[in-house]
Amino acid sequence: MATPAQSVPASNDDPLVIAGERYQSRLLVGTGKYKDNEETRQAIEASGAEIITVAIRRTNIGQNPDEPNLLDVIPVDRYTLLPNTAGCYTVEDAVRTCRLARELLDGHKLVKLEVLGDEKTLFPDVTATLEAAEILVKDGFDVMVYTNDDPLIAKRLEDLGCAAVMPLAAPIGSGLGIRNPYNILTIVENAGVPILVDAGVGTASDAPIAMELGCDGILMNTAIAAARNPVLMASAMKKATEAGREAYLAGRMPKKRFASASSPLDGLFF
Amino acid sequence: MNVTVNGESRSLDAEASLAELLQALGLQDKRIAVEVNRDIVPRSEYGSFRLTENDTIEIVNAIGGG
Repeated sequence: MATPAQSVPASNDDPLVIAGERYQSRLLVGTGKYKDNEETRQAIEASGAEIITVAIRRTNIGQNPDEPNLLDVIPVDRYTLLPNTAGCYTVEDAVRTCRLARELLDGHKLVKLEVLGDEKTLFPDVTATLEAAEILVKDGFDVMVYTNDDPLIAKRLEDLGCAAVMPLAAPIGSGLGIRNPYNILTIVENAGVPILVDAGVGTASDAPIAMELGCDGILMNTAIAAARNPVLMASAMKKATEAGREAYLAGRMPKKRFASASSPLDGLFF
Repeated sequence: MNVTVNGESRSLDAEASLAELLQALGLQDKRIAVEVNRDIVPRSEYGSFRLTENDTIEIVNAIGGG
């Protein structure tokens, strides 16, 4: 977690560091729910994201093995892939998915862990998440972990050795925005690893709220993919995330109840 | 012999290798990972890995997701 700098920080000298790797973009994006692979490619490019999530699923062994795969369409060497455990409701399934992802991606260690507890809310099963995180960390993975906005659990996940902790701001895919800024703030204040809001952002004005709280980054998918124009929204999210980061580093003015004139009172001629 | 591939039953020649199964499925050059009976088989071992009756094979790839 960075503290606001006294001097003007160059935006190109403010990297997000996860598991020892430096990233210039603080916006991480998912690749789900797009119309097709081409729209996915354009949206992730417009977002400026360097880390993109992917899901691990059964290969289609039907009649069409030559159907283009996502990884054949996007320029994989330009991105850090973040395989997720979306859809996993047990420790075993989550760990198994990460190990398959590591094999699929030639020893890749960075994963997004999520162990879900409930289909309606997609809230995390935190006890299973803690258990899976411990196994994966011991197995050598760099774990970015989706969790709820509970500061105690966030700290426990950090203490287990997770590379980043990613509290939800609202349910996955809900677009409800930052529902509990004070919990996110407490998580950020306690943290020794990057804190990224994962899930809940609905539109561009939500992103700077998370960033101004001091979050190190944001991971989003539906807010971009479900926009009427996903590529344009991806561009908006890029700017919004950058604006929020700069505002955080700049340090906002104090709030006051009453007015404070911006023009001097000296020299009035009436 | 019969094996189960991604939940579907398949009939293979006795002692077929994993590489031969992937070839038959048109997946030999694809970005995939493979489990046989829940154990990951490294890519380098596809040719030497012999399948046996009732093996359960999972072949996965990366797709869009959040």
